[in-house]
Amino acid sequence: MAYALQQLINGLTLGAMYGLIAIGYTMVYGIIGMINFAHGDIFMVSAFIAVTAFTILAAADVTSIPLALTFVLIVSIFFTSAYGWAVERTAYRPLRGSTRLAPLISAIGMSIFLQNSVQLTQGARVKPIPPVLEGGIVLWEAPGFTVQIGWSQMLIIVTTVILMSAFTWMITQTPFGRQQRACEQDRTMAALLGVNVDRTISYTFMLGAALAAVAGVMVTVYYGVVDFFIGFLAGIKAFTAAVLGGIGSLPGAMLGGLLIGLIESFWAAYLWAEYKDVATFGILCLVLMLRPSGLLGRPEVEKV
Amino acid sequence: MMLKMEGVHAHYGHIHALRGIDVEVQVGEIVTLIGANGAGKSTLMMSLFGNPKASAGRIVFDGEDITRVHTHEIARRGIALVPEGRRIFPRMTVIENLQMGTAHADPANYAADTARVFAMFPILQERQAQRAGTLSGGEQQMLAIGRALMSRPKLLLLDEPSLGLAPIYIRKIFQIVRELNRDHGMTILLVEQNANQALRVADRGYVLQHGEITLAGTGAELLASPEVRAAYLEGGHA
Repeated sequence: MAYALQQLINGLTLGAMYGLIAIGYTMVYGIIGMINFAHGDIFMVSAFIAVTAFTILAAADVTSIPLALTFVLIVSIFFTSAYGWAVERTAYRPLRGSTRLAPLISAIGMSIFLQNSVQLTQGARVKPIPPVLEGGIVLWEAPGFTVQIGWSQMLIIVTTVILMSAFTWMITQTPFGRQQRACEQDRTMAALLGVNVDRTISYTFMLGAALAAVAGVMVTVYYGVVDFFIGFLAGIKAFTAAVLGGIGSLPGAMLGGLLIGLIESFWAAYLWAEYKDVATFGILCLVLMLRPSGLLGRPEVEKV
Repeated sequence: MMLKMEGVHAHYGHIHALRGIDVEVQVGEIVTLIGANGAGKSTLMMSLFGNPKASAGRIVFDGEDITRVHTHEIARRGIALVPEGRRIFPRMTVIENLQMGTAHADPANYAADTARVFAMFPILQERQAQRAGTLSGGEQQMLAIGRALMSRPKLLLLDEPSLGLAPIYIRKIFQIVRELNRDHGMTILLVEQNANQALRVADRGYVLQHGEITLAGTGAELLASPEVRAAYLEGGHA
């Protein structure tokens, strides 16, 4: 029981991060109908930006943790959004209006480019940072096992809940959110009503990148190490989360992220930890076979 | 002069859809464009928005050349379209659809404009919180018209507004077209299959055939013209 509770906490933490990344996949798919395979690498870049920012702070002798975290978050969100913007501008926008496959191939190319450029500039080895948030609260002292929620886990879960609420509010209630949804439903019509579609798409990429940046900072704080390859696995798992929830659906991405995180934690705890990635990809296959529209998605209807 | 198209050519892929179109719309006029399916009526409307862009010729709106202007910028200059097939946003509520019409409007006018649209189409007020995709075809058409009016356009384009609607809605829509023009001085360019009705409300009309204007005149002249009668009025469309 105590062990299961601990797995629940770990799973929620992991799920929150997958959810943050999954939103980027689902929003981009919603608006331009492509899977942005470079999104996982955008997340990886954000983690490296976080490491750099933490290093600068350490050199400047900043010791206040809230101050440091705020600074790193802002820096990482800013630069990662710029990456998101640049990726769309250079790799996808020139291909708009061409075949469906072209941007997909371009996305894979962009993914490889980002991985390799980080590998070249930052080195191929794992980069550690000094522990930022250690310790936590002991929730339950069961015989032989202690259930604990770490400060970093709390930070991740609370930040994610706040961000996702704010994000949902923005998409459902603000004029920008309305324009974003309008572009998802009918881009041509949105333009005919005066919406700058290209700009809306750019903002969508930047928002997705910003959320991935938060996940990147969180991962850095939580695990304390990053390397140039983390984007691949995290990206594919977040993509699975988006598909599981129903690609194109925002609540679906959040739910899918949570489920993938929990499944992975419990699988690793009770079945085979070495095969935890298999669990995720097994789910991806099952969803694609049994319910391709996902849990909360709409069945794909070809637009004429 | 509200709108002037001079020798406009446009292509859809390999199809040469418009072949040298000259059309004029004066301020305060209702001008109608009639023609068979595939004659290029909708393409003409869309080409005003630069989608597709004119490959030759010039489009002047309200004194400015808009031939090379982006679609959304053209909308912002004061042209609103009620497109063929309505193209409301089905997964948004009725009120959100109307708000989409205000993407470039002055927020200070929002309350007054909403009230005006609701007065024109009371059913929209009743259904304002409902998803637009659940409305009937006629209601969706009213929503599309209401959405176009929310930005207070100088020129209103209506593309087949009566297509596929029950007679009661068709009457309502032609009545609205007249009212908008008479009471609000709205300039209207109307594309219709229902040539008879369209020519009756219009000050002037153009006949479009295979991407070319083959006939032009006042509504009454075209109604009386033997070619128009044979092709569009007695051939089953009316």
